[in-house]
Amino acid sequence: MTNIATTGPVEQHLRARRDTGRRLLMPYVTGGVTAGWTRYLAAFAAAGADAIEVGLPFSDPTLDGLTIQQASETALARGASTRRILADLAETGDVGVPLVASTYYNLVLHDGPKAFCAALRRAGVTGLIVPDLPVHEADELADVAAASGVDLALLASPATPEPRLAEIARRSRGFVYAVSLMGTTGERATLPASAAELTARIMRGTDRPVLLGFGISTPDQAREAGRHADGVVVGAAVMRRVLDGAGPDDLRAFLATLRRALDQE
Amino acid sequence: MRVAPPRREPVPATGTMTEPRARGRFGDYGGQYAPESLIQACREVDEAFRQAREDPGFRGELAELLALHAGRPTPLTPARRLSQDLGVRLYLKREDLTHTGSHKINNVLGQALLATRMGRRRLIAETGAGQHGVATATAAALLGLEATVFMGERDIERQSLNVFRMRMLGAEVIPVTTGSRTLKDATSEAMRHWVGATGDSHYCVGSVVGPDPYPWMVREFQRVIGDEARAQCAAELRTGVPDHVVACVGGGSNAAGTFAGFADTTARFVGVEAQGAAGAARGKLGVLHGCRSLFLQDDDGQIVEARSIAAGLDYPGVGPEHAHLRDLGRARYTTVTDQEAVGAAVRLARTEGIVPALESAHALAWVIRAAGDGELPAGSTVLMTLSGRGDKDISTLKELL
Repeated sequence: MTNIATTGPVEQHLRARRDTGRRLLMPYVTGGVTAGWTRYLAAFAAAGADAIEVGLPFSDPTLDGLTIQQASETALARGASTRRILADLAETGDVGVPLVASTYYNLVLHDGPKAFCAALRRAGVTGLIVPDLPVHEADELADVAAASGVDLALLASPATPEPRLAEIARRSRGFVYAVSLMGTTGERATLPASAAELTARIMRGTDRPVLLGFGISTPDQAREAGRHADGVVVGAAVMRRVLDGAGPDDLRAFLATLRRALDQE
Repeated sequence: MRVAPPRREPVPATGTMTEPRARGRFGDYGGQYAPESLIQACREVDEAFRQAREDPGFRGELAELLALHAGRPTPLTPARRLSQDLGVRLYLKREDLTHTGSHKINNVLGQALLATRMGRRRLIAETGAGQHGVATATAAALLGLEATVFMGERDIERQSLNVFRMRMLGAEVIPVTTGSRTLKDATSEAMRHWVGATGDSHYCVGSVVGPDPYPWMVREFQRVIGDEARAQCAAELRTGVPDHVVACVGGGSNAAGTFAGFADTTARFVGVEAQGAAGAARGKLGVLHGCRSLFLQDDDGQIVEARSIAAGLDYPGVGPEHAHLRDLGRARYTTVTDQEAVGAAVRLARTEGIVPALESAHALAWVIRAAGDGELPAGSTVLMTLSGRGDKDISTLKELL
């Protein structure tokens, strides 16, 4: 049963939506990637996003494929930093759905976990994903994040063995991020078989929302993913379009096709 | 001749350079900050390594490879003419005389043997100057494995001969075109590649960096430098142990292996970094490529590109155990300039007939400076690891001299 003490702001929101039978959509944008990047947030929300992942770009994104690497480089070359991106978010105000920051642990350590989480919260960010912070290294951040009102979502991988997977599901907050395949972020032609296996294994042990990410790029893939998970994360497919010059309206149209696919299930 | 015994500050005699604490911690550093997709693979490496090091069969096989293929033990050479000039007694541990020309082969033979034990058919490696890549390609050929080496596009341009050597040895060399297109990015790309290849491939990390167990596993495979030097010093030196043990530090594998042999002695450790790549001397706490350590960063926490004439030192951080040794005061880390390193290389060539790698020349540059300014008192005994030979740097030197 749900323990209210472990249910933070992102999780409450996602559970409420999930429990109506809705499949969840969390698109991603790299903070600072264009001059008016925060306009994507409203477009995502209007397209039916249930949460939005905002990447805080890092110089060495070791779990990202080419598209997100290029987006990170573009943002950093424009002078993006954690501080500026959070200032942009604070200025933008509430977009109607929770914001989930994602970044590498070096940027969390830079000012220290406590100051970092406090800064997220001040900017209105209530969730956090750190792909190079596995569960057995997460103590230092997990408690601080919880105390700050930030849901630290942990990642589970197809290679994660059983007792550990249960620990990840138990200690994750907001949702469990199921990595669909053994690889980096980036668009793929098909949804791999490992995705359904992993989500089934996670869901046997938890009723926390499970979002499937890595490689989900098309409405068909979103529809299929929606059969196995509570929702999807879509990153590279969004950022390729952004890098190619697509504006907020274009992204809104693209995400609406994913929304419809998820709703058809 | 020993003129006066140099003043010694107390050093912690033991308790360092053994196995790391739980979860690969060296003090506050180390750990396993890797994507979840790599954690299982890291644990398999850890388990295999722990079993192998206790297995006389593995140890015997590795010792045989090191002797028959790599040419160990390497000599301890007294640098007679240079010592006379400097007023200290300098001994060189000659890793430049190993097969493939640098200490990198020690670690690679260990990991390649481990990979075959684990049933892996391919080695993945990152390389900067190409020394670790060449060593990996060599070990792979020797043991019948495939090798895939990631190398920054800029380093490929600077080190075309090593690229050819790797390909001749049958390795696939993959240019890395992202980021600064040097070692840092080659390492990121090798990690990305490993995420998708854990089933059949072993990531052969080239230095004492990366997620647990790599920093201490690589140090243990490099310990042969320090263990041999310890025995050689015991035979050669009246005091048995040198006053100073000096090595260059990029990620820090030759230094870690050398220091490990003297961890329980009163020898003072000096790690010498390139001025533009001084992770230990000037880095800030951070996490990169799987471990918590000291890294060069800007005010926003972005990793800064390292710059050194020695491509093997061109890494913006340092292994976690070095960060720990620094905090303990057990080792100290200092820097020399490109110019000092080049000067030292020329001086060694002309006094001892040895052309060192530019990486190793950094360690020598500190010895020369410290002997000149009294930091190394006259008559001090100094063991310096000459980590590699200078053939790969000839074209760089040709442009400068």
